[in-house]
Amino acid sequence: MSKRHLLAIFSNFHEAEAAVKELRNSSIKGFDANQDLIVKSPIEHPEVEEFLGNKPVYVQWFTLCGALTGGLLAFFLISGSQANFFDQVKGGKPVVPFPPNFVLTYEMFILGGVYISILGFLICAGLPARRSPLYSSKVSEDQIGILVKTDEESAGVLKGIFTKHEALEIQEEAGK
Amino acid sequence: MKDIREDIAWAKINTDVLKSLESPRKLFWVIIISALTVFGIGVACELYQYNMGLGVANLDNPHVWGLYIATFIFWIGMSHSGTLLSAILHLMHADWRKPIYRFAEAMTTFSLMTAGLFVMVHLGRLWQFYYAVPYPNERWIWPNFQSPLLWDAMAIFTYLSSSILFLYVGMIPDLAICRDNIHTGWRKKLYTLLSLGWEGTDRQWRNFRVTYLTIACFLIPLAVSVHSIVASDFAMSQQPGWHVTSFPPYFVAGALYSGCAAIITLFIILRYVFKFEEYMTLAILKKVVRLTFAIAMVWTYLNLIEYATVWYSHDEVSKAVLIQKATGTYAPFWWMMNFCGSIVPLIMAFKRFQTNIPVMMVVSLLLNMGMWLERWMIVSPTFSHGYYPWTWDHDQWPSWVQWGVVFGSFGWFTFLFMVFCKIFPSVSMYEVKEMVYHRSLASKKLEVAGMQESGKGAH
Repeated sequence: MSKRHLLAIFSNFHEAEAAVKELRNSSIKGFDANQDLIVKSPIEHPEVEEFLGNKPVYVQWFTLCGALTGGLLAFFLISGSQANFFDQVKGGKPVVPFPPNFVLTYEMFILGGVYISILGFLICAGLPARRSPLYSSKVSEDQIGILVKTDEESAGVLKGIFTKHEALEIQEEAGK
Repeated sequence: MKDIREDIAWAKINTDVLKSLESPRKLFWVIIISALTVFGIGVACELYQYNMGLGVANLDNPHVWGLYIATFIFWIGMSHSGTLLSAILHLMHADWRKPIYRFAEAMTTFSLMTAGLFVMVHLGRLWQFYYAVPYPNERWIWPNFQSPLLWDAMAIFTYLSSSILFLYVGMIPDLAICRDNIHTGWRKKLYTLLSLGWEGTDRQWRNFRVTYLTIACFLIPLAVSVHSIVASDFAMSQQPGWHVTSFPPYFVAGALYSGCAAIITLFIILRYVFKFEEYMTLAILKKVVRLTFAIAMVWTYLNLIEYATVWYSHDEVSKAVLIQKATGTYAPFWWMMNFCGSIVPLIMAFKRFQTNIPVMMVVSLLLNMGMWLERWMIVSPTFSHGYYPWTWDHDQWPSWVQWGVVFGSFGWFTFLFMVFCKIFPSVSMYEVKEMVYHRSLASKKLEVAGMQESGKGAH
């Protein structure tokens, strides 16, 4: 079954919200609201999560791994280099002194956390990405976009829902 | 007085900010030319010093650190403002920061880049910087990981790279706006590349929010640790006047103070040069001024604590250094520092001056002069009144080479900062839209609540 992409542009958030709610509540053949619906907006609307349903974010796991790896790497690098002095006289001082080593461990903990968080962000947000063929620069200005993927034969139903909720413009394109 | 007009159209926000990338006022070019000239003087002085040796800077024993290290601390301090405005106030949901945090973050990045230069300049032999890089020499001797100087190198690298990433990530949605609205030339290519194909999808925003918050949480302790480590360069030594427990918090407070003062200066300049009167409003200036005043009082308190600690410590040598600061060769600068740092900010307590742009411009410059003098007064007097009596007649006046490099650094910073503001949006468009959206929603809710209340009264 060939698929079709539709992008509906709305002038305000409430109309877009109403359209999304109706799309989620209606059962349309070849359209799964959890998989085939993307909301595009010029600002971060926390309300979007309420009507799209809670979707997990995994960036914090990257952060945890990055921070721990960075900290451990720093500690073992420093301690390893200090262990080089095992065969030298240290005048009774500890070969691996914990308090001063903590400072660099702490810095690398943060460095690893930040770097890997960014990596996690790029992976989880799907960036860098090719511009989707259905894109309106109005979305980066002041309008809300709803991008859907559906079966060719259901496209009319979706367009009807968008029109009912006063979509300003509907773009469409045949997809895979 | 509202922080921003709530009825401002989102499309207008885009237009106004994008216009700033193309047609700033003529003063922009005057600033650029002046900055390049001053920077050129700095480069010439550094080249001269590189060829002739550190002697031409008038640096010798016991004055091994001079204006270079004082200015290094000053620039590190300036960098704290960006973290304060973007990270701390972000976590506190202070949305008035939104129109001004971007340039504060840029300030953080460029002041760290400037500070990093001084570490190398004060070495004289620039290539010896590699001693601070963590790899062993041919005899497998590693750098001393217990030295605060090495901690410094690592902390500054961590802070600089994290700040650049924080600035960049926060700018991605705005870069997409630039990409969509600028249609030709190298800028289009640059914005397309840097925006990474951002389209504002719910998935992108969801991950963006968590990432931004996470990095903000990392940056706050990082900023504190960076300046604490810089303070440790002094406090962990045995020199009189430096071996003070309260140095790290004192340094952090001074850093926030000079950073906030610099934000006021740049706020006023950007507001005029890029015609941002509608976004960098007087109401926001008032809030920044009040914040600066509060931090100024914290710094004043910690400064007095430091004097008291030395005075009552029965450490005669440290006490002698303090007395020498107040009465010796450096006395005019020391008193000027106290005046600029503790007395001048009292002007900020008066409501009528808080939104007076010329007064605030002068005050912010004086505050920063005070903060720069503070760093100089930490570094140099101790060297001329150390434990060894032979140092006591070694007052040092920096040579024109040192002054040239210091002034050059201001040119370098200004040049980088102004070029950034010309190429990248210095007001965060999407966050200003969020601010306008949430504030107008709140106003509408209040109106509805008010109408219901008045309706009840009628019954």
